[in-house]
Amino acid sequence: MRVKLEKRVQISKYEIIAVRIASIVLALLSIGLLFIVSGIDPFYAYSVILSGVFGSTFGISEVIVKSIPIGLCSLGLSLAYTAKVWNIGSDGQLIMGAIFATWVALFSNFPQVLILPSMFLAGFIGGLVWATVPAFLKSKYNVNEVIVTLMMNYISLNLLDYLLSGPWRGHGVFNYPITDEFPKFARLPSIPGTRIHYPTLILLILLTFLILFVMNRTKFGLEIKAMGDNLEAARISGIDTFKNSLIVMMISGGLAGIAGVGEAAGIQYRLIRNISPGYGYSAIIPAWIGGFNPVVVLVASLFVSALFVGGNIAKVSLGLSYGLINVFNGVILIFLISSEYLVGYRVRIEWT
Amino acid sequence: MITKPLIKMEKVSKKFPNVIALDNVDFSLIKGEIHALLGENGAGKTTLMKILFGMLKPDSGTIYINGKKVNITSPRDAMQHKIGMVHQHFMLVDSLTVLENIALSYEKKPIIDYNEIEKKIKEISERYNFYVDPKSKIWQLSVGEQQKVEIIKALCGDVDVLILDEPTSVLTPIEVEELFKALNAMRKQGKSIIFITHKLDEAISISDRITVLRKGKVVGVVKPSEVTKSDLVKMMVGREIAEMINKDKYKSNENNIPLVEVENLVVFNDRGLVAVNGASFVLYPGEILGIAGITGNGQRELAEALIGARRVSHGKIKILGINTTNKKTRDIIKLGVSYIPEDRIRFGILPNLSVTENLLLTNYDDPRFSRKLTVNYHSFRNVALNLIKEFNIVTPNLQTPAKFLSGGNLQKLLIARSAVKEPKLIIVSNPTSGLDVATVALVHEWLIRMKKKNVGIILISEDLEEIIKLSDKIIVLKEGKITGNFVGEAKITEVATAMTTKVST
Ligand SMILES: Nc1ncnc2c1ncn2[C@@H]1O[C@H](COP(=O)(O)OP(=O)(O)OP(=O)(O)O)[C@@H](O)[C@H]1O
Ligand SMILES: [Mg+2]
Repeated sequence: MRVKLEKRVQISKYEIIAVRIASIVLALLSIGLLFIVSGIDPFYAYSVILSGVFGSTFGISEVIVKSIPIGLCSLGLSLAYTAKVWNIGSDGQLIMGAIFATWVALFSNFPQVLILPSMFLAGFIGGLVWATVPAFLKSKYNVNEVIVTLMMNYISLNLLDYLLSGPWRGHGVFNYPITDEFPKFARLPSIPGTRIHYPTLILLILLTFLILFVMNRTKFGLEIKAMGDNLEAARISGIDTFKNSLIVMMISGGLAGIAGVGEAAGIQYRLIRNISPGYGYSAIIPAWIGGFNPVVVLVASLFVSALFVGGNIAKVSLGLSYGLINVFNGVILIFLISSEYLVGYRVRIEWT
Repeated sequence: MITKPLIKMEKVSKKFPNVIALDNVDFSLIKGEIHALLGENGAGKTTLMKILFGMLKPDSGTIYINGKKVNITSPRDAMQHKIGMVHQHFMLVDSLTVLENIALSYEKKPIIDYNEIEKKIKEISERYNFYVDPKSKIWQLSVGEQQKVEIIKALCGDVDVLILDEPTSVLTPIEVEELFKALNAMRKQGKSIIFITHKLDEAISISDRITVLRKGKVVGVVKPSEVTKSDLVKMMVGREIAEMINKDKYKSNENNIPLVEVENLVVFNDRGLVAVNGASFVLYPGEILGIAGITGNGQRELAEALIGARRVSHGKIKILGINTTNKKTRDIIKLGVSYIPEDRIRFGILPNLSVTENLLLTNYDDPRFSRKLTVNYHSFRNVALNLIKEFNIVTPNLQTPAKFLSGGNLQKLLIARSAVKEPKLIIVSNPTSGLDVATVALVHEWLIRMKKKNVGIILISEDLEEIIKLSDKIIVLKEGKITGNFVGEAKITEVATAMTTKVST
């Protein structure tokens, strides 16, 4: 017997949906096995997680809270990926955004009313500047942006460590590597009873539609779609492919920077080492699942953030280790992503 | 004696969203015959063959091989039934060698036995007099050589039936002759060949039978000895085509201001070798300058240098009196230059974007349908609809991704795109490759109409008849040098001689 993969020539909508559903079911089944191995009744576990995530205001609000940074990063990535510019550095760009915003909050002497807007602006610039380096290297010297953006993540993390362990360490924090708390006027308001810092949420929604508009209605949008589809044809038609890849990279960096502002000013109220538990990396997934369509990407961000929250709940109420949670999330994502691939193929079993 | 067909396709139908590509089509292939498949662009030729090759699932219909009903659901199945196909658009990996490309589609074991495959390639090359170097990378080969690789690849599967989808639209006359020799040899060995073409002479000269499709229906199956070219045209298009070329006698335009002046141009190709080597010419408005030569002799590099998409390393280009040497493509296009590139899939089409977006690619800057930053898709809609009508582009609608259009319709799309603005200079490469007779006439008429509007045209083509028919002046490009220069009427033999002249170095 041989199992073979064959390229599918045509796919109907129903087949796509069926494959997606099947992949999630399979993922849940395999995680169920993991639960059994760890000595937990899978039905009990799933019911706890589901009711935790969707059965309480807290769960739902946390899903939204985490979808803000993931969504912002994902949105920027969608723009870059549309032009086939592979930015993997959202996480570092997010951290730089947070660092720039923290400087405004703690060390600038701007008038109080201007502090919050300046923080957003500074965060945007921070992410943008960080993305400019790989963008420049790519368009000028054709250096692979995947490698550079990834490396820049480590640099930003080290910069963060340096700041928190020395110059920026807070006064009243003993030896913890954290800054002082931001003053009240440098904190974002939240919806009462939740951690949803709604100014950032509103910004996210506005930006989603702005980018949708950019992609579907502007010359720039047409140019980057053309670049992504056939770079050679775009170049010959007179599109400035260098300039455009620079721009998409910078914008996607800037949006990740804004996500960093939200985390610092809306959740932590200070700069901490763990300002991003990998949001920038997780954001790659909704960008792909959503096919780079901003609105779909936003919905997919909610899904990915629900996985995050579900994991947290499992950790607390089932006493699972953080490592195991990561395994679960990984399993679901692997199934989803491979289904993306499998949709284009079909499995054939030959009996010989 | 009635020969039983080797392959029989019965009542095959295939619908795509908004188009009926095939409507109850019957087709049969006899062992040892060359069967030509004719039809307009979008008639359904490729679709029918993709169904036979298992790449598309028919909505209804049955396929019989040797009288037995078969179910071909993938190219793998087709290959098991000893059917091979060479596609209209090549499917080779550019960065790999010929050998690796062929291994890619045949080797089933995890460890590739390159020696064995190489032996096989050699055997096939010798049997059919068909040589390519297995060690060269695909990107180093001319289009004609790539075509050979595709054919050898198909033959490596030990096929009995070989489907060739427009193999000759990218070949030079000499290469066509070579191919025909090989096809004849295959026929002698009892192989059957299905041959799609738009060149009626070819169909008549090589095939044993001809099936004609029109708008997804079979119009007839004929023997070439029983029909004339114009009968075939009538079957394909449903009416007669009289190409109305009245190329006025060449009048010197030389008191005018030149439209294009090229002086001593030197341009390199992607491999860093000299591609254009000291070319000079002048084009006046209202002239068609034909550039003859076999593809790969510097034509593409010359054209790209003219539109600023390739660096000029030496020499000078002036368009409308302005020095455009190494200027930005965007700025050169703004002067009123339109470019229709030679390889439409690689350089022209945005496969996943819509017909509208493809038409906009070189035109979105036009103030008629854009503002400073935004594109007004709404006001472009009517322009697009008119273009589709004018150039007879067969597409379900304006939102259809370009990759779903038939090959000829993609070519029409590129030509239509360059007609949106009122160009002053049109640079066009092989404008009619892969087009059916009716559309060839349409494009030729369009070029003449443009010329009469005082547009200057640089017509790069491998098709000598086309060049001679349309051009006022002809230069011949060989290994980047101009080896022939003709003004006014030129004889085909003279030009052909210049095309094969040895270039002194
Ligand atoms: N995958 C597809 N999706 C939608 N429409 C398609 C698809 N493939 C082909 N078509 C449509 O089916 C019709 C027949 O196409 P086909 O490629 O068979 O034409 P053809 O006879 O090979 O033309 P050409 O000479 O231009 O290559 C065309 O109208 C084409 O637009
Ligand atoms: Mg075709």
